[in-house]
Amino acid sequence: MTATHTLTAQDLTLGYGERTVIEGLDLAVPAGAITAIVGANASGKSTLLRSMSRLLAPRAGQVLLDGRAVHRMPAKELARTLGLLPQSPLAPEGITVADLVGRGRHPHQGIFSRWSREDDAAVAAALEATQTTELAERAVDELSGGQRQRVWIAMALAQQTDLLLLDEPTTFLDVSHQIEVLDLLTDLNRRRGTTIVMVLHDLNLAARYADHLVALESGRIHAAGDPSAVLTEDCVRAVFGLDSRVIVDPVSGKPLMLPIGRHHAEAPVPAEA
Amino acid sequence: MTALLPAPAADVDAVARNRVRRASRRRVVVTVLAVLVVVTFVTTLMVGRTFYPLGDVVRVVLGERVPGASFTVGRLRLPRGVLAVVAGLCFGLGGVTFQTMLRNPLASPDVIGISSGASAAAVVGIVIFSLDGTAVSTIAVAAALGVAVLIYGLAFKGGVAGTRLILIGIGVGAMLTSVINYVLTKAGQWDYQEALRWLTGSLNGTTWTAVLPALVALLVLAPVLLGQAKNLSALQLGDDAAAALGVRVERTRLIAIVTAVGLVAFATAACGPIAFVSFLAGPIAARIVGPHGSLLVPAALVGALLVLVADLVGQFAFDTRFPVGVVTGVLGAPYLIYLIIRTNRAGGSL
Amino acid sequence: MTSVLPVPTPDAATRRRPGSGRLLWLLVVLAVLALLSVASVAIGSRGVGWSDIWSALGGSSETIEEAAVTKRIPRTVLAVLVGSALGLAGAVMQGVTRNPLADPGVLGINMGASLAVVAGLAWFGLFTATSRIFVAVAGAALAAVFVYAVGALGRGGPTPLKLALAGAATSAALTSFITAIALPRGDIAANVQSFQVGGVGGATFDNLTPVLPFLAVGLVISLLSARGLNSLALGDELAAGLGERVAVARGVAALGSVLLCGAATAVAGPIWFVGLVVPHLCRLLVGVDHRWLLPFSALAGASLLVASDVIGRIVARPSELDVGIITALVGAPFFIAVVRRQRVREL
Repeated sequence: MTATHTLTAQDLTLGYGERTVIEGLDLAVPAGAITAIVGANASGKSTLLRSMSRLLAPRAGQVLLDGRAVHRMPAKELARTLGLLPQSPLAPEGITVADLVGRGRHPHQGIFSRWSREDDAAVAAALEATQTTELAERAVDELSGGQRQRVWIAMALAQQTDLLLLDEPTTFLDVSHQIEVLDLLTDLNRRRGTTIVMVLHDLNLAARYADHLVALESGRIHAAGDPSAVLTEDCVRAVFGLDSRVIVDPVSGKPLMLPIGRHHAEAPVPAEA
Repeated sequence: MTALLPAPAADVDAVARNRVRRASRRRVVVTVLAVLVVVTFVTTLMVGRTFYPLGDVVRVVLGERVPGASFTVGRLRLPRGVLAVVAGLCFGLGGVTFQTMLRNPLASPDVIGISSGASAAAVVGIVIFSLDGTAVSTIAVAAALGVAVLIYGLAFKGGVAGTRLILIGIGVGAMLTSVINYVLTKAGQWDYQEALRWLTGSLNGTTWTAVLPALVALLVLAPVLLGQAKNLSALQLGDDAAAALGVRVERTRLIAIVTAVGLVAFATAACGPIAFVSFLAGPIAARIVGPHGSLLVPAALVGALLVLVADLVGQFAFDTRFPVGVVTGVLGAPYLIYLIIRTNRAGGSL
Repeated sequence: MTSVLPVPTPDAATRRRPGSGRLLWLLVVLAVLALLSVASVAIGSRGVGWSDIWSALGGSSETIEEAAVTKRIPRTVLAVLVGSALGLAGAVMQGVTRNPLADPGVLGINMGASLAVVAGLAWFGLFTATSRIFVAVAGAALAAVFVYAVGALGRGGPTPLKLALAGAATSAALTSFITAIALPRGDIAANVQSFQVGGVGGATFDNLTPVLPFLAVGLVISLLSARGLNSLALGDELAAGLGERVAVARGVAALGSVLLCGAATAVAGPIWFVGLVVPHLCRLLVGVDHRWLLPFSALAGASLLVASDVIGRIVARPSELDVGIITALVGAPFFIAVVRRQRVREL
């Protein structure tokens, strides 16, 4: 099944209080693909993601989902199409995995509507997809960081949205858990056609897992497109102010960035082949 | 809609079974609590200086004239018992709403200054302007709402952070407590009984005139709050996560604050800020029902039970008749100790 | 622990405020305190002339005016003592807990002292001043340990938020205990009232002498802890790395502040916010070096309390407002301003 929703930002200006974070930004999220947003600290990555999911109202411009401005859509209707996993969601003390995942059904339920077989099926499917079925009756507090992150993703899956936005889904995870989470998201995208947009800190993981890479530099898009075209030595210098070499990753065939730094580089650095 | 691969029917059944198990535990707890509230309520009508059997009490409640009982039960014990239940429900609902919304078990309206707002206004109204009944209720409610708005406004700095709101509430509460103290000294003769009512809460001398506004407030506001139950539960996941689930965070918060403040204020206007009921009801309910589903109804029932039992204890357990607020206030200390012990053992968070 | 004050390091502060500036400020604060003390003797619900004051100071109390002045002198002395004790205790507490909101009132420590005194009065007939002070200090210490334990629960250690909440909740519980003890005892009701609102009226030299040794010991211990507090300000690990015995430094400093606020509460009842406001103002004047901050906080605390007492006598003429009410009305807005200045993450 292929998702056909279009999510675009038009001339978007965002800020908090006095501070403008993003100015006049245009972005089109390719449907059915994985998009990764990268950039230095305070470049506006999370701000952009928050605005695309209605959490932050734009100063100017708009975010359009299938041509409708998300900030004017009914909240629940939007939440049935577009899901967001924020950076640090809070698990109520003592809550079990199944119950937390069930919270993802909120936009599908009315104020007094009863829990349906469909809801149970969605929770079971989300647990299955994230391989957390065995954990269902455990308390979330007792889980490891990687397990917990899978549970949060399961909650977002139970929401059954065609678009899923994730703010740094791999922070605080060790490297094997990072790969586990990113593989899971890739499965979702490849098997179910879920459009995924995520903010990632790690440039190399972003280049490996994304179909579409967006590099932000102080609130503007420096480059966007196929990772091989976007992740270049010039781009790393412009976005992060860092000298680097970019080689072809022998594992994935995607670009791989190697920082140079002031020590340890074998001078002179050979030019790119 | 993205179709996840459907899970095997057995797994779906397992999910459903466990959910039903959790829900039924909650139903059992709510039922037991409700029965306890009714039993305690009837007990408060029966016992006292004179004991009246259940039959007499029922007949009085049904409106029959029973010599002796009609006055003692109908005029003295009934309004007192009804107010205990109503105030307990109000405090329980208001408290658990604030605790859920601010995600902190210590952040109840009596700790963060809302109750002191209602108390201060009531004291000023009574001592300085010689008001009574509905007028006192009105200004107490207005003041509590005003204080809530003030705290909210002072905490606003490009958005309201829960922590800032709580701390500013504590500061405002301290100031209001000193206002209460001042007005009470100003009253000339330091009337300790009257002071107690407004500093810790008391049901002594309850009349129907005092009960009515609180009862009406409960009947109007509680349904509004219960309508927000699911949204409030979603807020526990954090503002961003709740918004991503389609909750209109600011709107939910506003409705919750206004209704919770209203409930607490009307109850406070009737019997003073019965100490710690709104503070204790939510956490106790959470202990009994577990972290699943909304706590509003269980917390309301726990609140009512707390007030009823504490009032019985205050009236009959000691040589001196203690006002209900003193008994509940004293209960707060062991609860704090319990929090220490439990958190130390579990390594959990506050 | 994430609650370190967002203030410059001692070094930076030293560079910005050379020693002569601090000495100048010291003279200013001393002058202000002296002026306020004179005002406190001269101003009251009854107007007096300079001649009355002079003759009263000379020991005469023949006219009503002279008698009024004679009563105001111990009252002023008490305000100076209690104010300096609370200012100093607040500065030490903010250092020990690295918490900008620490205050003997906010943390419920005053109420601990009050409860202990009321219990002593009701159950053990502790009517002598010295026994009352012992009991108050013990109550203050218990309350301090209790609130710190509750506030340090869970993730993130004792953040300002958790300490303040624990203090507020504990205060409320202690107030109920006081009521529960006092209610059956009409004979001590008047005494109890003075332990719910702090005040310095009615002081005599006879009832303030017993508290002097306690205040003196508390003062010395607190001032000696300045160096330790400077190390603690860098965080426990770094302080230990600098060779400080963290637990000892913290314990000694806490003992000093508990002695001070316990003794102050024993004579004047619970007074809020002096310990909160004063160290913040002093930090603006002399920076964050505790060797300067502590003595300044003592002097400024004395000035604040004397000033509040004078104000309380003026605004409610012909009656008087208890000083505890004035400090709460002045201090609460200040508390709110401090909260607003902090970044959310630091709360």
